[in-house]
Amino acid sequence: MQERIALTGNEAMALAMKQINPDVVAAYPITPQTEIVQIFSNYVANGQVKTEFITVESEHSAMSATVGAAASGVRAMTATSSQGLALMWEVVYIAASNRLPIVMPVVNRALSGPINIHGDHSDTMGARDSGWIQIYSENTQEAYDNLIQAVRIAEHPDVLLPTMVMMDGFIISHAMENLYILSDQDVQKFVGEFKPHRPSLLDVDHPVTVGPLALYDYYMEFKRQQAEAMAGAKAVILEVAKEYGELTGRKYGLFDAYKLDDADLAIVVLSSTAGTARSVVDELREKGIKAGLLKLRVFRPFPYEELAQVLADRKAIAIMDRADSFSAFGGPLFTEVRAAMYDAKKRPPIVDYIYGLGGRDVNLDHIRKVYTDLAEIARTGEVTQVVNYLGVRE
Amino acid sequence: MANLKQLSELEGFFTPGHRMCAGCVAPVVVRQVAMAAGDTPVVVANATGCLEVASTIFPYTAWRCSWIHNAFENTAATLSGVETAYRALKKQGKITKDIKFIAFGGDGGTYDIGLQSLSGAMERGHNMVYICYDNGAYMNTGIQRSSATPQFADTTTSPAGKVIPGKVQWRKDLAAIMAAHNIPYVAQVAPSHFNDLIAKVQKALAVDGPAFINAMAPCPRGWRYDTREGIEMTRLAVETCYWPLYEVENGEWRLTYKPREKKPLVEWLKKQGRFRHLFTEENKPLLEEFQRRVDQEWEKLLKRCGEA
Repeated sequence: MQERIALTGNEAMALAMKQINPDVVAAYPITPQTEIVQIFSNYVANGQVKTEFITVESEHSAMSATVGAAASGVRAMTATSSQGLALMWEVVYIAASNRLPIVMPVVNRALSGPINIHGDHSDTMGARDSGWIQIYSENTQEAYDNLIQAVRIAEHPDVLLPTMVMMDGFIISHAMENLYILSDQDVQKFVGEFKPHRPSLLDVDHPVTVGPLALYDYYMEFKRQQAEAMAGAKAVILEVAKEYGELTGRKYGLFDAYKLDDADLAIVVLSSTAGTARSVVDELREKGIKAGLLKLRVFRPFPYEELAQVLADRKAIAIMDRADSFSAFGGPLFTEVRAAMYDAKKRPPIVDYIYGLGGRDVNLDHIRKVYTDLAEIARTGEVTQVVNYLGVRE
Repeated sequence: MANLKQLSELEGFFTPGHRMCAGCVAPVVVRQVAMAAGDTPVVVANATGCLEVASTIFPYTAWRCSWIHNAFENTAATLSGVETAYRALKKQGKITKDIKFIAFGGDGGTYDIGLQSLSGAMERGHNMVYICYDNGAYMNTGIQRSSATPQFADTTTSPAGKVIPGKVQWRKDLAAIMAAHNIPYVAQVAPSHFNDLIAKVQKALAVDGPAFINAMAPCPRGWRYDTREGIEMTRLAVETCYWPLYEVENGEWRLTYKPREKKPLVEWLKKQGRFRHLFTEENKPLLEEFQRRVDQEWEKLLKRCGEA
């Protein structure tokens, strides 16, 4: 049974957390994630969850306490944004290397400086090599659905990797949308009873040493196993999506291809901008222009083979990066998609558009411009500017 | 309480197979804490530092109990998570055993980089005993000054130079800061006075709520004493009143040991290479200043404990 209600992104994430009903949550408020913490505190105060809530004094301690709880054999969660993620950075890596299946909503917000509270992906893109699974959500519905699926993905015995679920700050976190929600019972049934797959600190009859020193004689094997788990996560993500689809009727994959099959011009995008881009695709299609869209859902593990397969036959591709990596070679999504295309059977021209930093609005005209540029590239076969900045005062 | 012989026969949660330096007192502190805990099941959290790196070199471990290391500055927060998970499972009836939670951090991980995490955990009231093994500098990285380093000590970042005679500042009074958190139990201990140490750890384990214990744990590399004299270093620190033994139980300060005769500070200082530069004619006033400050601090403590 699903109910259709209107919620903001933050309300939807908080509701999903309530329905997951973790044993421990340790979290610290930060704009634009704050509401998640507030709403969840209310669930705790009113006895609507069994959760023990730790009101930590910082995000560094939020992640540290979550690691402690997860290593103790319970389901543990936290949530953050931007500077909060930056502050917990050190422990974000440790959570992954300890193979702790922590699930964390991240409400994307620009990293300082200058300080800014609005949505871009610089926070989570910076954590792309931390060993966490990263799932990006376009809207409130996806944020809700992804968070519930993340529990099953993270806790799968073949995976055991922490997972962050993203939505765009303010654009989604504070915007009210209709969505379908499951009953508490259905979510509980879907996520299942938590069973630790590794020895827990609290199993005192079988003591375990968590987080030892591993030097050059063992460190690399730890890392190799993490890499293996991340590669294996792809199959689990699809398996969980299939099961979730059967329950809800909503289909999820590694990405969502929109009118891409026969498209000449393709845009690759993450999160809320996909909605804007989709309406431009429709508009162009009406004019007979073969425009298509690929919305990436899973950034880690990066589905390079699958991407190369669906993008190879396009005539020109634009990558939309809502973060710069200051590599002097474009944003993170661009460099990775472009690297993935090296092995494609065909290598269409690929350009990058860095846009929307610090929450700068991206509108239909911006996306139209990108498709117009792509049409020119497809026509001439020539790229004049590989890395472009969209909607900026030059 | 059991006598020393009985205690020494206790296996305890910390094995002799660690790789701490000869003459290091940190493992002695841990062993005495383990004696105090006896058969009580414990989970230990350990800050990055000498004790951590020298006791868990993969694939070996010197810990018989459950043990977690997360990072340098977050031991109290990490143990908060463990203790909270325990309360959650207890409430759900999934755990019936009584388990105690002990954190070990050096002065770097406790006084300095981990102070925020520690303060947060104490304020939130987690049921844990945080034990600082205070060796008075960042010994693991090679003897850099900390806020626990005694004034005038020669360290690699407060070297005794031609114009600056070692560390300039007085030591941070961490136990008082912890007492100001209004937690049920705070104590300062030294392993030379093992009965006192063990009794205090047992008290700390018994209270409902957070407890903090500051344990002096000399470092032969940093202090430059003869490796046989580690325990003697703590005895002299206590007898000279540089390191008084006291406890703060529910806000009540109490001296637990009063030297019959307060020894001159130089008796402690002269055995340590880190204070060698003080024993010159021109630095004589510094020695006098050091003694005066120790006297002042001692008087202050006596007042707090209602002894003066």
